[in-house]
Amino acid sequence: MFEEHAPVCTAPERKAQAEGNFYPENPKNKLPGMNPRIQRLRKLSVEAKPIISIERAVHETEFYKENFGKYPVPVLRGLNFLDHCTRKTLYIGDDELIVGERGPSPKAICTFPELTCHSVEDFHVMNNRDMQPYKTSQEDIDTYEREIIPYWKGKTQRERIFNHVPEEWRRAYEAGLFTEFMEQRAPGHTVLDGKIYKKGMLDFKTEIEANIAALDYLNDPEATDKAEQWQGMSLSCDAIITFAERHANLAEEKAKAESDPQRKQELEKIAAVCRRVPAHKPETFWEALQMYWFVHLGTITELNGWDAMNPGHLDQHLRPFYEKEIAEGTLTRDEAKELLCCFWIKVNNHPAPPKVGITFKESGTYNDFTNINIGGLTPDGEDAVNDVSYLMLEVVEELHILQPGNSVHISTKTPDEFLHAAIKLIRQGHGYPSVFNPDTYVQEMVNMGKTLRDAREGGCSGCIEVGAFGKEAFLLTGYLNVPKVLEITMNNGIDPVTGKRCSIETGDPLSFTSFDELYAAFIKQIHYIVDQKMRVSNYIDRMFAKYAPATFLSVVIDDCISKGKDYYDGGPRYNTSYIQCCGLGTITDSLSALKKHVFEDGKIPMEKLLGALANNFEGEEVMRQTIMNRTPFFGNDDEYADAIAVRVYDDLVDSIEGKPNIKGEVYHLNMLSTTCHVYFGKMMGASANGRLAGKSISDGTSPSHGADTHGPAAVVKSLGKLDQTKSGGTLLNERFLPSLLKRDEDVKKLGQLIRTYFKLGGHHIQFNIVDTATLLAARETPDDYKDLLVRMAGYSDYFNDMNDDLQTEVIERTENEAV
Amino acid sequence: MSSGIIFDIKHYSINDGPGIRTTVFFKGCPLHCAWCHNPESISPLPQKMYNEKKCIGCKECVKACPENACTLTPAGIITDVDLCTSCGKCADVCPTLATEMSGRIAEVEEILLVVEKDRPFYEESGGGVTFSGGEPTRQAKFLLELLKECGARKLHRAVDTCGLVKQETMLAVAEECDHFLFDLKHMDTEKHRLWTGSGNELIHENLRALARRGAVISIRIPLIAGINADEKNIEESARFLASLEGQKVAVNLLPYHDIAVNKYKRLGKEYDSSQMLEPTEERVKQIIEQFAEVGLAASVGG
Repeated sequence: MFEEHAPVCTAPERKAQAEGNFYPENPKNKLPGMNPRIQRLRKLSVEAKPIISIERAVHETEFYKENFGKYPVPVLRGLNFLDHCTRKTLYIGDDELIVGERGPSPKAICTFPELTCHSVEDFHVMNNRDMQPYKTSQEDIDTYEREIIPYWKGKTQRERIFNHVPEEWRRAYEAGLFTEFMEQRAPGHTVLDGKIYKKGMLDFKTEIEANIAALDYLNDPEATDKAEQWQGMSLSCDAIITFAERHANLAEEKAKAESDPQRKQELEKIAAVCRRVPAHKPETFWEALQMYWFVHLGTITELNGWDAMNPGHLDQHLRPFYEKEIAEGTLTRDEAKELLCCFWIKVNNHPAPPKVGITFKESGTYNDFTNINIGGLTPDGEDAVNDVSYLMLEVVEELHILQPGNSVHISTKTPDEFLHAAIKLIRQGHGYPSVFNPDTYVQEMVNMGKTLRDAREGGCSGCIEVGAFGKEAFLLTGYLNVPKVLEITMNNGIDPVTGKRCSIETGDPLSFTSFDELYAAFIKQIHYIVDQKMRVSNYIDRMFAKYAPATFLSVVIDDCISKGKDYYDGGPRYNTSYIQCCGLGTITDSLSALKKHVFEDGKIPMEKLLGALANNFEGEEVMRQTIMNRTPFFGNDDEYADAIAVRVYDDLVDSIEGKPNIKGEVYHLNMLSTTCHVYFGKMMGASANGRLAGKSISDGTSPSHGADTHGPAAVVKSLGKLDQTKSGGTLLNERFLPSLLKRDEDVKKLGQLIRTYFKLGGHHIQFNIVDTATLLAARETPDDYKDLLVRMAGYSDYFNDMNDDLQTEVIERTENEAV
Repeated sequence: MSSGIIFDIKHYSINDGPGIRTTVFFKGCPLHCAWCHNPESISPLPQKMYNEKKCIGCKECVKACPENACTLTPAGIITDVDLCTSCGKCADVCPTLATEMSGRIAEVEEILLVVEKDRPFYEESGGGVTFSGGEPTRQAKFLLELLKECGARKLHRAVDTCGLVKQETMLAVAEECDHFLFDLKHMDTEKHRLWTGSGNELIHENLRALARRGAVISIRIPLIAGINADEKNIEESARFLASLEGQKVAVNLLPYHDIAVNKYKRLGKEYDSSQMLEPTEERVKQIIEQFAEVGLAASVGG
């Protein structure tokens, strides 16, 4: 079908964006990808439809029926993982060099009934919904209904959680005041450091066994718990080695049957690679990538942690292998690039496991948020950019696929050459890379108590949240709807959308005689809601530690082996719980409007404003327009508004920062929203900044839509006033028209804008290089724009995969026309 | 300190001189070029601008107008220009900013505060402040004071000028200016007069004088097919520019587009674009070649 497609957009700098490389102008031209192998692999990956494989669920249910109760939980989990790795269907596709799939084929996604057991209805919804469908055959649905659903009834994590939650929590949750990440996926946000390139699974097993041998049952009260945990971890090492061995066997069989001598040789090589890794440490570039890939698959098969798995600073990890082999002449640049392409496509073969209910609404995407960090700093604080970094930018540009996400890390030490290469990639409108500032995030992590070295080895997982790679469990617990908290403050604890009480009373808004009184009530509500959220998050944390330990993941995260504790049980060196606060722009603008029009100018009495909000500004368009056009709003380098933003931000930090989690460490705040600002907006009536009921709130720390009218420099100045090092990440989306980035001179100036923002302490910035006409056209004729990738709110997605609200939002975002 | 009339301050200006800049637009211009993209900049006085797309018909302006000059019609607000005194009360009350006043009195101090805000960008990019318009040299006292104050604050200063000003004023400005953006429109003085309302002699004199003084100059040429993009005019322009004393000038070509049509409408003005065309990409390339032949680097934009 795509052979007949005519290109819609002819401007050369936008080729890759609208119709992409995927639909060549001349059908005789080659498909994207450096060679026919990559072209075919990419095509297969892009065109495969996400389907559900129930194999994992079947294996697990059989295993649990047989074995539950026979073993301690960590051992049970290890054995369960080993059982699946021994039995699961393998896949080695034609052309592949890097091998292994979570399911039986690309884009076949397994389910995790021990966490959330999908109902028959869920499968039908996923089969039939317009956005992000996951297809399941009727036969498999029948098997699920017969074998799996009855067994797990009442035993899933989700049921444990919902049976526990207090009424106050439920009321606030149902009002849309916050979400809970872990109600159907396991805690994740896991990123690796360089250890798996220096040690194999057998090395980890040796350490574990030495620890078991040294257990002191006389004096160590935790000796039994540790022994069980270590046994589970050791079994998990066996599981992944078995999984690789089976691939080696399959590759050998295929090699024997292969008539093409070149492919035969490749299959033999694959077999040899899978015999070495992950049992042993990798020796070559190829083995290093395959090593990571097995660890990645192990992690996302064992459980379905949020944000899949992430290799972290992959360009730094691969650099020694690359440089050694290039010097020895055993690898060419193109061969390295081909292997990277194979790896990239592997990640793209793995859409996020399907969510349902609110979690689907808050994060509706196939993207599973693996985010490759490119550039940045070495653990010693030196510039880390190397040849592999540039190779990766080339791979991203040529492949143009949804996953993995990627980001460039620009410290003061990063050369302009790399920054400009990244901007030229951004300019093509792929939606990424996003741009991070290590100088700020290293400081953030040091502030949280990490060592400088561990902090520098850290970076960003998923969207914008920071962590010490390979040493930290940094769990996102859920989003906080900050503008909604103001809404209930203005209604004395009642949710005006439903009329139900969802929080405490903090005073009749008509009784407030000053802005500060209103503000104090708002902050009181924030503290109450945050506490509600933490109570349940803490409970859930324990549920995972007790019933679903991640024994494989624990092998590769320091210091789980030495502590004998699970990843979910405080085993990692650092254990952070994040609450993600949404809607800084909306809350700032709303408070600014209240302060100015109600309390200072007095032109809009509180009673009148409350009435207008209750009626969604019906009949009050003059009031609404006055507010929208004559209020200082965030994002314009305006002191009045920015001072409010800083005040709210600091108070949010105060309400979250330092409160204990259950692992002996503390909560931190970050300012991520992913797509949750859309869901949160739907749960709200009109707000005091003129936003209508149901419209999305602002994302991350970006200004409200259309509120930033003074250009990108003013936006970054406003954002620069927040002390971002007090957070675990902020998020700024800026949309640029392609016309602003035409000349090399423009690229340089955007680089200077980024560097200025980072000098002001910015954590992250990302750019959508699109024009409205393209987006409108994409909405009219979605089939012509299948490759249109849009980046927003911390992730990239295909425009066509976004729902109407998200599409509208993308179209509405301010266009920064500086010409 | 003095004050003047400006109609806009733009941040992240990337086409008005080196680096990332903040551009201050002065109101009032001695020329009225047929293709002017900022028609609101020509008159030296504040002017009412109305955008009916933004108008919600609330009649706040009708109520606020002391002269009863505003009427709501099915086509939006109509202003009786004979009655309107440009007092701006309508714009003050308009909730949607459908009615806005273009042009306001601004103090030197106020402008300095605004341009100071972007200092981090100037420092990172080697940018600074650009005074544009309109014609900034028309408000010479105001401009000179701004230039001096910016100089005292070590800000890089550019002036975007059409060149039509007394030479002593131009030279006084040159004392306080780090970079000129100098417009060159037509080499034939009669055609220049036809399309801009004034001959080109003084303009060219001023350019020669600035060059002789050693000023840093970027020449800006609006390229309009049908008016000045023909081979003869370009060749004469190139020869003239190559003959200037001092350092070589950079040439920025600004191909014409009719994006300003809406602005004319909002000002209640007619816009006749019948004889003005966008130059083809092919032609722009040839023009760049023509400049290269005399040793001048020309590029699109800037």
